[in-house]
Amino acid sequence: MALTKEQIAERIAQELQDGYYVNLGIGIPTLVANFIPEGINVVLQSENGLLGMGPFPWEGEEDPDLINAGKQTITTVPGSAFFDSAMSFGMIRAGKVDLTVLGAMEVSEKGDIANWKIPGKMVKGMGGAMDLVASARNIIVAMMHTNPKGESKILLECTLPLTGVKCVKKIVSDLAVLEVTEEGFLLLERAPGVSVEEIKQKTAGRLVIKGEVPEMQLA
Amino acid sequence: MNKQVHTAEEAIKDIVNGSVLLLGGFGLCGIPENCIAALVKKGVTNLTCISNNAGVDDFGIGLLLKRKQVKKMIASYVGENAEFERQLLSGELEVELIPQGTLATRCMAAGYGMPAIFTPAGVGTEVAEGKEVRNFKGKDYLLEYAFDADFALVKAWKGDTQGNLIYKETARNFNPMMAMAGKITIAEVEELVPAGELDPNNIHTPGIYVHRIFQGAGYEKRIEQRTVRKRKAAQE
Repeated sequence: MALTKEQIAERIAQELQDGYYVNLGIGIPTLVANFIPEGINVVLQSENGLLGMGPFPWEGEEDPDLINAGKQTITTVPGSAFFDSAMSFGMIRAGKVDLTVLGAMEVSEKGDIANWKIPGKMVKGMGGAMDLVASARNIIVAMMHTNPKGESKILLECTLPLTGVKCVKKIVSDLAVLEVTEEGFLLLERAPGVSVEEIKQKTAGRLVIKGEVPEMQLA
Repeated sequence: MNKQVHTAEEAIKDIVNGSVLLLGGFGLCGIPENCIAALVKKGVTNLTCISNNAGVDDFGIGLLLKRKQVKKMIASYVGENAEFERQLLSGELEVELIPQGTLATRCMAAGYGMPAIFTPAGVGTEVAEGKEVRNFKGKDYLLEYAFDADFALVKAWKGDTQGNLIYKETARNFNPMMAMAGKITIAEVEELVPAGELDPNNIHTPGIYVHRIFQGAGYEKRIEQRTVRKRKAAQE
């Protein structure tokens, strides 16, 4: 069975390490905050100027001056800090953020990513994504393996305007965990009940299979 | 040095058709609501607006877009605004989309007296088209120029009559950078106090960067995405 969005987030949360500073993008990446494993302390960076992002506020306690990069009302955790946008991208550019998780429309086997524009159709802008992918030490992409028509979004070459080049290290899709390598996408894990054959069929880029591919371990 | 003016209209008196404006805020958080309302009232047109976002259909910069007062928009993220998208796709509005960190740092450079910066954001993408690329220690960077804007319109939480500013929470965002970058910087604050009442240790923007300051009124502070945790009806 293909993973739900929550399950993709749950699997990505397993990549978190104690002491990490993490930037979570909008959409599925935001959900990762709900699955931080017990005993793992991470500090969430919100690029609009906060380190130490907490959960959504209790109903009635929303503060319009306190939002995340997705413009959602949030809270802070003890030990948090506010700063301006230049410093926020300063710490990103300087490589202080350990892990960036973001969504994608397409990823190529070289690690290129496209997620900000569909020419003639959708123009929302890149926001902070280009800064993040150009500088992050480790980038994990959360995405659906195929589009609603069933066409692969995991490609030999991206067809949409790029957000960044040679930057994605790992992909967690609804079907698989893939690592970007010189030889192509190395299949690390499969979603429970999803066959290697199905993943192969839905991956347009080169897929590298080494031995028995284990299933993801989810709660 | 007293920089206090009494109304938003007075503060923006010399903004004219064709002015280039920096507007602080992230989404609708920390935006200069009173200055935008005064610009709408004044009806100036052909504005170039540099701001992270373009507001929503009926608030923020969206109010200026709706009245076709904006000729060009420079921003990083412009979703959630149907009128903006319509004007963009129809070619009525000139739009330059740039990475968010580049936007912030181009403001910072202006305020620090530096003509340009190098950033890796956008290397290998259409953002890099026509730009100088330099390699430092094996990595490519784009040359990006400091903004050259006529006015900066910023919003702070507290300010004093000397123009010193303190921001609140994530409403800080682009405001300090833009305050530093305007040839003329206009600050609106929720609470304006006499000089001496703010602790100098806590000032975010020193008054030297601010030319006019006024106490705003009637802040709506709209929330774009109200996300909450539901309280349980009966706590056990």
